[in-house]
Amino acid sequence: MKVVVAVKRVIDYNVKIRVKTDGTGVETANVKMSMNPFDEIALEEAVRLKEAGIVSEVIAVTLGSQACQDVLRTALSVGADRAVLIETDTELQPLGVAKCLKAFVQKEAPRLVLLGKQAIDDDANQTGQMLAALLGWAQATNAFKLEIAGEHAIVTREIDGGLETLEASLPVIVTADLRLNTPRYATLPNIMKAKKKTIETLSPADLGVDPSPRLKTLLVSDPPVRKAGIVVNSVTELLEKLRNEAKVI
Amino acid sequence: MPTLVIAEHSNLTLRASTLHAVAAALQLGEPVSVLVAGYGAGSAAQEATQVVGVHQVIHADAPHYAEQLAEEMAVLIQKLAADFTTIIAPATVFGRNLLPRVAALLDIAPITDILAIESNDTFVRPIYAGNALAKVQSLEAKKVLSVRPTSFEAAAAEGGNASVTYLEPMPSVGLSQFKSRDLASSDRPELAGARVVISGGRGLQSGENFQMLEALADKLGAAIGASRAAVDAGFVPNDYQVGQTGKIVAPELYIAVGISGAVQHLAGMKDSKVIVAINKDPDAPIFQVADYGLVADLFQAVPELTAAL
Repeated sequence: MKVVVAVKRVIDYNVKIRVKTDGTGVETANVKMSMNPFDEIALEEAVRLKEAGIVSEVIAVTLGSQACQDVLRTALSVGADRAVLIETDTELQPLGVAKCLKAFVQKEAPRLVLLGKQAIDDDANQTGQMLAALLGWAQATNAFKLEIAGEHAIVTREIDGGLETLEASLPVIVTADLRLNTPRYATLPNIMKAKKKTIETLSPADLGVDPSPRLKTLLVSDPPVRKAGIVVNSVTELLEKLRNEAKVI
Repeated sequence: MPTLVIAEHSNLTLRASTLHAVAAALQLGEPVSVLVAGYGAGSAAQEATQVVGVHQVIHADAPHYAEQLAEEMAVLIQKLAADFTTIIAPATVFGRNLLPRVAALLDIAPITDILAIESNDTFVRPIYAGNALAKVQSLEAKKVLSVRPTSFEAAAAEGGNASVTYLEPMPSVGLSQFKSRDLASSDRPELAGARVVISGGRGLQSGENFQMLEALADKLGAAIGASRAAVDAGFVPNDYQVGQTGKIVAPELYIAVGISGAVQHLAGMKDSKVIVAINKDPDAPIFQVADYGLVADLFQAVPELTAAL
């Protein structure tokens, strides 16, 4: 069985972002970019399923400019068999991405599509669910544990206050949460090998999709700054302040 | 044109998140209907009729709505959508799972995790873990939105008098089945709605040491949370996690114990009314957002605080 893993190139999670002074977005020039951490977890899960003999081929796909090839190289270096760039310079939003992925999935016919539960740049948490809707497939978001049993996926999900287990018919969309696994690091020989592999390229037009944005970002701004507080010297002083000044206890 | 709020409920009662979603819906100034789809959910539907400002409750009842699975719920909401210009769900795990599926069926780009409503087509939402705010305008004919519960004061749960309309269920799509749910049983208040939250970080050093926070939480009637570092280290389960990838909380009092204050954590708690930080490192970033900072060894300060209450 084939698995498609959708990955996104985002500002590295260790980078402290800066809002552009003109309010059009955040500064991305000369900023370290990486694969979205939740997508790394999704990819790791696919590779582990392959190592367990359940999956025959892992296909990593991303959308964006030529620059996105770097996350596909990363994907190849940790175990993806093929990597595909759906190349476009259009501003991408989750619905447009889901439509391109739908067409791509129909072409590749995997039984399982894995994605991260959200990307850490726009924090939208939408693409997996929308892809499932467009394909008419079952969805299991925020996955904590994934098992494939014949024609079903048994997925334990992170929910408010605990865990929930669903049994979904294949094909299914699964989005990865933090505790699904711990992704491996690429080894140097594998990084070198990945450099030599071919990255396939498609365009949204090849897939018959118009991914034009449907939402307009009017302004990106810094969040309101919390006023710095005071340092107290003892537990007694802390209690006094909480009781008499803040009046919260 | 009216607004539809998708209720989050347990079949027996409404979840608090529904009241916050109704409050956001009321800001749009149009009549508000609430969809209660469940199984044996008559009491939750009745409860919804009491919520102040709700005009109509739409009640659909069938076995396949018992667990409110996204696949089943989405087709039902798709059918209802023709009568509404705006569809709103709370941005909880429930709403986050369901709402984009509804939006895609309607071919509409949704806007999720809204913090503020500027007008009927313009909304403010956080990006980059709340390190930036984006003002987003929807060019769509219908708006499909999820709203962050802590950003909208809850609508009053009693005093309303809405009518109930029964909605014929759709046939089951049967793509997935609910198997089991394993909820951490606790006498403590729910993390998302607690008045006081005490969170522990890597500084706690072990899961056992969280007992120290429990003793303090008992005194304050508080919920217990944790930073992602504490969850990653295996001290506590993930449903304790406060932050970008965990729960968003805004209690009256938030006490951060042994938490350095990574941006991902701050994203989940910086809207708290009063923040207290206890950390032995005076340079920890948590002190930059704390109203009251105590530079101290938590293993001494926390028991002392508990004893003094």
